Amino acid sequence: MSVRIVNFTLNGRNIDVMVKPLTTLQKLLREHLNYTATKTGCKQGSCGSCTVLVNGEPMVSCLLPVEDIVGKNVLTLEGLSDNGDLHPIQESFFELFAVQCGYCTPGMIMVSKALLDHNPDPNRDEILDALTGNYCRCTGYEPIIRAVEESARRLNLAGEGV
Amino acid sequence: MSERTLNVVGKSVPRRDGMGHVTGKTVFVNDIRFPDMLYLKMVRSSVPHAKILNVDFSAAEKVPGYVRALTHEDVPKNIYTILTLIGVGPDEEYVLAEDKVRYIGEPIAAVLAETEEAAMEAAAQVRLELEELPAVFDVEEALKPGAPILKEWGTNYFVYEGHHCRRVRFGDVEQGFNEADFIVEDRYQTSPIEHAPSETTGCIAKPEADGRITIFSNTQALFFTLDNAAIILQVPFQKLHLVGGTVGGGFGGKVDVIVEPISALAAMKTNRPVKYVFSRQEEMQASSSRGAWRMYFKDGVTKDGRIVARKITTYADAGAYNRHTPYAVTKHAANIAGPYRIPNVWIDAHCVYTNKQPGSAMRGFGVTPASFALEMQMDKIAKVVGMDPWEIRFLNAYRDGDMKPHQKVVEDATLIEVMQAAAQLVGHDLPENLMQMKSGNGKEA
Repeated sequence: MSVRIVNFTLNGRNIDVMVKPLTTLQKLLREHLNYTATKTGCKQGSCGSCTVLVNGEPMVSCLLPVEDIVGKNVLTLEGLSDNGDLHPIQESFFELFAVQCGYCTPGMIMVSKALLDHNPDPNRDEILDALTGNYCRCTGYEPIIRAVEESARRLNLAGEGV
Repeated sequence: MSERTLNVVGKSVPRRDGMGHVTGKTVFVNDIRFPDMLYLKMVRSSVPHAKILNVDFSAAEKVPGYVRALTHEDVPKNIYTILTLIGVGPDEEYVLAEDKVRYIGEPIAAVLAETEEAAMEAAAQVRLELEELPAVFDVEEALKPGAPILKEWGTNYFVYEGHHCRRVRFGDVEQGFNEADFIVEDRYQTSPIEHAPSETTGCIAKPEADGRITIFSNTQALFFTLDNAAIILQVPFQKLHLVGGTVGGGFGGKVDVIVEPISALAAMKTNRPVKYVFSRQEEMQASSSRGAWRMYFKDGVTKDGRIVARKITTYADAGAYNRHTPYAVTKHAANIAGPYRIPNVWIDAHCVYTNKQPGSAMRGFGVTPASFALEMQMDKIAKVVGMDPWEIRFLNAYRDGDMKPHQKVVEDATLIEVMQAAAQLVGHDLPENLMQMKSGNGKEA
């Protein structure tokens, strides 16, 4: 099958890229565009380390063919902060030690972003439900859950200030 | 130094690598790519024990993007053992299998191709002709006469200074059993555990203009890897340059030297960068696990709760090859009598080979299963004697100056103090006589 041009928006920028049909978004991001924050823990949709947001919804990019993102908005961890300052979710993960080896962190932050965009004040069960597709082998999850709670608090404070 | 002059203790210090992790700027091995990079995939055994009759690359060679294969004949020193650097031997693991395979997943040949997909396809097209042999999966079965034998030296156990196991002999256990009022016996067993790191094991080997090979690796043991790779490749150590330190989860699963030597060899043979990263299946099936252990205890205990003899026979399941298990068994033997004052101890700790994926390092390996079995046994002793499980441990706890069974004098003992603090933390009121005990000076308070 011949290559085709795929057009989509990546972190707010228009992208045209030539890829083979059925190339995964994970491979496109990492190997064609060098956006490597999106990780490759299992390449079978079970670890969540490759999670990105497509039109605001969390998706495992290892199972997503590029045909499904044509014309859509893709957000990766590289695009979370657009002015050089950390996003409140990044701040909270950093300050509350929700990172250890760091390999699950991009996926964890992206699902947290999707959760808090939809639900600014989630309870613990809602946080657990949002994180349930994302695997962490280091932290035991508690610091991550606390970081999401803290992220919600900071985002809500920032919202009130506006 | 007074506490006021400490500027880190008691404070929360940001992680040095945390900012990279939360911004996605941390570079893991699989994030690195070079022009002209080749991909390596391994052809592996599908059976636990077999003779290799033939390996046929003719179909693989037709896969578009196929570059070449490597077999044991290409490896300068194909038989190795990781712990050779601390005097463990003989060499017994094959970088690539020669005439036999001894576990499911054992590497037989490496295939190099222009893309990862082509390497996977070509590896799948290599035709193996294997003649299955009887296999053994249980440590005690493996030591019985007539068991299938894995090792060229004719047995299924590692030899410790001429002995079939790591032995500890202290006092006279039979005399101790004669003095005991109770004999407490049990069998304990732990299962293998996969580390399952989020990032799978992998490396990239890159030939440099000056003839050196740079190896970017997620190993937990850079210098160990450097030394073993140089020995396997039969090159001077300075020919290799290891770059690493960023590990996407290790837990002991990335201290063996598995992917780097063959990748460096492939880079030397092709003069191109070579990437070799485990699939999730390889990580689960072929990477080392925590080994399984089986432990038998026989303790002699007096009516007043003193352990006067402890006889232990244990078996570590090394799987098919040493990796770190011979060392784990030595640590195990030094620890399994416990932090207790026992005058007569007898330990036989075996490192046994079976047709399973090799076991190796994982978080306190050797000691963790020992602690599990030992403390289960202490609870059982308390029940048999009719004493409180806290009291039985205080009573038998070692003190400064005691001789441990493996002939080390106890220094800086803190077991009693740790148990006192633990009791407070869990809200358990200890009797005054236990709260007054101290580890110091080899004397009870």
